[in-house]
Amino acid sequence: MQTKTTKAFYLIPYYVWIVLFVVAPIALIAYYSFFDLSGNFTLDNYQNFFTSVYLKLTLSSFWYAFLITFFTLLIAYPTAYLLTKTRHKQLWLLLIIIPSWINLLLKTYAFIGIFGLYGPVNAFLNVFGLEETQILFTDFSFVFVSVYIFIPFMILPIFNSLDKLNPSLMDASRDLGASSWTTFSKVILPLTINGVKAGIQAVFIPSLSLFMITRLIAGNKVITLGTAIEQQFLVTQNWGMGSTIAVFLIIFMVIIMIITGQRDKGAYANGKNK
Amino acid sequence: MSDNTIIRFENVTKSYDAETTVLKNINLELERGKFYTLLGPSGCGKTTILRLIAGFMQPTSGSIYFNGKLINNVPANERQVNTVFQDYALFPHLNVFENVAFGLRIKKLGKKVIEQKVIEALKFVNLVGYEKREIAEMSGGQRQRVAIARAIVNDPEIILLDEPLSALDLKLRSEMQYELRELQQRLGKTFIFVTHDQEEALAMSDEIFVLNEGEIEQSGTPMDIYDEPINRYVADFIGESNIVSGTMVADFRVKIGDKEFECVDQGLNPNEKVDIVIRPEDLEITAVDKGKMKVKVDTQLFRGVHYELSTYDDEGNEWLVHSTKKADVGASIGLDFDPEAIHVMRLNETEEEFDKRLESYGEDAYAN
Repeated sequence: MQTKTTKAFYLIPYYVWIVLFVVAPIALIAYYSFFDLSGNFTLDNYQNFFTSVYLKLTLSSFWYAFLITFFTLLIAYPTAYLLTKTRHKQLWLLLIIIPSWINLLLKTYAFIGIFGLYGPVNAFLNVFGLEETQILFTDFSFVFVSVYIFIPFMILPIFNSLDKLNPSLMDASRDLGASSWTTFSKVILPLTINGVKAGIQAVFIPSLSLFMITRLIAGNKVITLGTAIEQQFLVTQNWGMGSTIAVFLIIFMVIIMIITGQRDKGAYANGKNK
Repeated sequence: MSDNTIIRFENVTKSYDAETTVLKNINLELERGKFYTLLGPSGCGKTTILRLIAGFMQPTSGSIYFNGKLINNVPANERQVNTVFQDYALFPHLNVFENVAFGLRIKKLGKKVIEQKVIEALKFVNLVGYEKREIAEMSGGQRQRVAIARAIVNDPEIILLDEPLSALDLKLRSEMQYELRELQQRLGKTFIFVTHDQEEALAMSDEIFVLNEGEIEQSGTPMDIYDEPINRYVADFIGESNIVSGTMVADFRVKIGDKEFECVDQGLNPNEKVDIVIRPEDLEITAVDKGKMKVKVDTQLFRGVHYELSTYDDEGNEWLVHSTKKADVGASIGLDFDPEAIHVMRLNETEEEFDKRLESYGEDAYAN
């Protein structure tokens, strides 16, 4: 009995935290989403979300999040793989992670300088006799900076799963006649897929609601769900619509988490993946 | 080189960097269809030899031939060799069937053929009915069998086994020894088995290579190696033995301490310093006055099949005795042995010289 009460006692901070910072905000968001600008109860916000403006916005959000995740994965997987092969892998990993400790806003401002009309990139292009070009405020710069920011979050889980991989499995695969590529696709990738999924979660979900980078780097030319929420709350003061978009964003996130969730080995039960 | 040779090492050396050489100028020849064992303590280079044959590493210098063809630069996936790994290295994301079928799927065989071959391989290792099991659900012994099935299903010319029994408990280990030996005889394939366990090596092999610090100390049948170890190292590594220093007084006469004994060795220089081996089971307990040697019993352990006695002679040499008879601790006893029980080993003798010397005994015996 004693232990049960002590256990309950220790759980109090956890419950307080969850209620105050998770349950309450979500409940509030859901609550606000049912009111219009003048404070009347309405379902119009939800109806509005399904108009072409917001659907397009959602689609473009997903598209950019997809691009960011795709390029991050493309760079992170080989990097993580090479890291596991290096002699001082923990040191190299640390060097990659360190930039993620620096404030996001600072890094973003740095890129404004780097990509600016009179920044080093354009200076470099000048050397080759190329005209100064507008790099800031383009899709390219938006995706580039986002990928840069998210790379550590993708590398870390993939590195961990690759590092845990038993090297004799690779030997076994080669021994059984598999080429390097087959070994990768049939052994290494399936065994590290959970790391990849965790990385996708860590990148795709936050990418959906990016707004600062869209503001500063993409110059509001890219509008994602995140920017839309920010503008509804701060610019048009339409808390109802802002909350509604947030509700949908939460729903999307939950769906993505379920899709990329860790499946147990049952998925391979008969060894016939697909 | 005979037609039956499947693997030949010619002056093979392997070093990782300037300081660490794991294999020093190895020459060996392996015949088709035999059970070979590479025996030695960890770090002696036995696994390196295996990995060189499998193709996971290339020799620093020297040549490796497979069926007479140089294979130094043939990658592992193009060699007709399969390995049973120490930790089995079964793919945890695939079930038993798919693990065994892995190599066949890479060869892109038909579905029917794959199924038939996998079932056949599983039958060989007594695992029919386990196809759908996950690897995590299998016991150590079963995983071992899956690993063997996965190797033999590809019909390789050579099967390499890297200490595959070391993770099993004692009873299972001796069971698997029988099974492996029987499997090798049924398949008729060349098995190359790596172990640090001399009992395993003696029980299963057609031929044993005893390795020490990257060199082959001695090779031969289990009987040869057990009965006629070339030097102190081999004698000590293969089974328990009493190794003492002595002097060859004349042909057939050897001196241990200040006593002379009759032996069967000859052709050595008079008064040559030698090492002498007497196996504990060749020593027999008798009355003090009847024995060739007088010793005092220090400790006695009951080992099940026999008693193991640790005894000391007057000069302080320890003599281990395996006997079915009991003795009293602290008592003086006599030890008796045949002249054949004494194995005389010359110091720093090469394997070639050693073989020549042994052959000469055989001729003499024939002449007599």
